[in-house]
Amino acid sequence: MNGSRQPKITIRDLAVHYGAHEVLRGASLDIADGEFVCLLGPSGCGKTTLLNVVAGFVFPSAGQIVVGDRPVQGPGVDRGMVFQEYALFPWFTVEQNVQYGPKLRGAGGTELTAISDRYLKLVGLDQHKRHYPNQLSGGQRQRVAIARALASQPQILLMDEPFGALDAMTRESLQEELLRIWEVERRTCVFVTHSIAEAVFLADTIVIMQSHPGRIHAVIRNTVARPRGRTSDAYFAMYRKVDEDLRQTERQPGAAT
Amino acid sequence: MNAPATPPLRTDALGATPLSNRQRNMLAVASLITVVGLWSFLSSVGWIDRVLLPSPLEVLKSLVMTVGDGSLLRHITASLMRVLQGFAVALLIAVPLGIAMGVSQVTRALIEPLLELLRPIPPIAIIPLAILWFGIDELSKVFIIAYGAFFPILVNTMAGFREVDRVHVRAAQVLGAKRWHIFRDVVLRSAFPFIVVGARVGMGMAFIVLVAAELIASSVGLGFLISDARYNFRTDQIFLGMACIGILGFALNKVLLEVERRLLGWKDQ
Repeated sequence: MNGSRQPKITIRDLAVHYGAHEVLRGASLDIADGEFVCLLGPSGCGKTTLLNVVAGFVFPSAGQIVVGDRPVQGPGVDRGMVFQEYALFPWFTVEQNVQYGPKLRGAGGTELTAISDRYLKLVGLDQHKRHYPNQLSGGQRQRVAIARALASQPQILLMDEPFGALDAMTRESLQEELLRIWEVERRTCVFVTHSIAEAVFLADTIVIMQSHPGRIHAVIRNTVARPRGRTSDAYFAMYRKVDEDLRQTERQPGAAT
Repeated sequence: MNAPATPPLRTDALGATPLSNRQRNMLAVASLITVVGLWSFLSSVGWIDRVLLPSPLEVLKSLVMTVGDGSLLRHITASLMRVLQGFAVALLIAVPLGIAMGVSQVTRALIEPLLELLRPIPPIAIIPLAILWFGIDELSKVFIIAYGAFFPILVNTMAGFREVDRVHVRAAQVLGAKRWHIFRDVVLRSAFPFIVVGARVGMGMAFIVLVAAELIASSVGLGFLISDARYNFRTDQIFLGMACIGILGFALNKVLLEVERRLLGWKDQ
C-alpha cells in the first residue's frame, strides 16, 4: 500500500531443498506492514514451505528472508502462527492455551487473566475458557488458536490453511471473523490456502504459486473493495482472474525448468 | 419392563443398543450367583472329593476364621506392602531413566542394548538369584517385584517420548518457548499418558510377580497362605487366598484407573 515504506517481510531469490529435492525455487516477494497476503496454489507448490521459512521452521538453501530489519534465524514471538491441524495443547484448558505465550514472557496474575479474557472475547469464546480443546468443535478450536496466536502480540500472523478442515459454513463465518479481527488488530497476515474463494475474500494480495518445483507464478492485487460480499460482480471478476492464472500454471507444469 | 424415558442415542457396530448401568450390574450379579450356585451344587453332590473342592460355605467359614484371628489381614498387609514398595522403587527408577533415554540419544544408545538383553528374562527367573543375593526377607521380594514392574513402565515412558507431535513443539516455539519450556510443557505432557499406562501395566506385573515370589519363599503374605494351605490340604484356604488376590488386584487396578481418569481428564471429555 505504501510503496515508499520499507516492507515488513522481504523475500529474495529464496530456494529450499529437502535433500536433493527442490521444494521452492527463486521466490521473491515484498509484504507491507498491515497487509493481508494469501499464498494460493495446488499441493506441492511450496506455499506451506514458504510460510515455514518466514516462521523460521525451515531454513532456505539460498536467498534471503528478512522480517522487519532482521534476517530470520529461527522461530520468534514476533511471528505468531495458526496451524493447519489442531495445534492447541490438549492438556491445557482454553484459557491456559491463550495464556501460554504471555506467561512465558513473564506476565502473571490479573494481567494474564485480562489478556486471555480480551482475546477470548475477541473470538467469542470467553464462555468456554475452562473447557479443554477436546470439548470444542473444530471451528471453536481454530478460534482459540487465533486467540492464542494474538495474545503474544505478534507483528505478523502466519496462517497455514487454518480453516481447511472445517465445513463450508463454519469456514465462511471464520473468514468473516478473521477479517473483523484483522481490522481491529491490523497485523500483517500471511495466509496459506488452496481455495480461490478464500483468497479473493480475504487478501489484499494474492500470490499464485505453481508446482514442480514450487515457485511464485504471479502476484495479483485484489482490487475488490472492502467490506466484500461473496456475490458481488467485482468479487466474481476477481475470482475469474485468479482462476485463469491458476489454470495457466496447470498448463505449463515445470515449464520454467 | 418400561421403555426407557429417552431413546438410546447410540448403538454398537451390529446395531444393538447399549445396556444401562443397572442392567449391566444385574447381569454381573446374575453371573456371579450362577457360578457360586454351580460350585455349591458340584461340591454337595459328592462327584468331586470334598477335600479338593470345598463348598462356598467352607471357604466363607475360613474367611470368618482368618479374619477373626487377624491372620488374613496380616497376609494381605504383607502382600500389599511388598507390591507398593516394589512398585514405588520401579517407578522411581524407570520414569527418570525413560525420560533420560527419551531426551538424550546418547543415553538411549548406551542403555537400550542392555535393556533389550535383560527384558526377555522373566521376573520369575530372577527369584533364585534374588534369594541368594538378598535372602528370603522382604528385600528380595521388593527387588523381584520392582524388576517385574520396571520394564512396562520404562518401555511405555520411552514410547511416550516418540509420540510428541511436532506441531505442538512448533506452536510452543512461536509462543516463545525455549528448550526447557518445550520439555516441561510439551514433551513431558505428551509422554504423560503413556507413563500412566505403563504404571498400570507395571502394577499388574508387580502383582503377578509378588504371588510367585511368595509361593517360593516367604512366611507371610497371600502367596504364602496358598502354598502353606497346600501342605495342610486346606483347599478352603487356597480358595480364600486366590479370591483375596483377585479382589486386591482388581481394587488396585481400579485405583490406578481412577488416578488416570483424574490426571488425564483432558483426553476424552
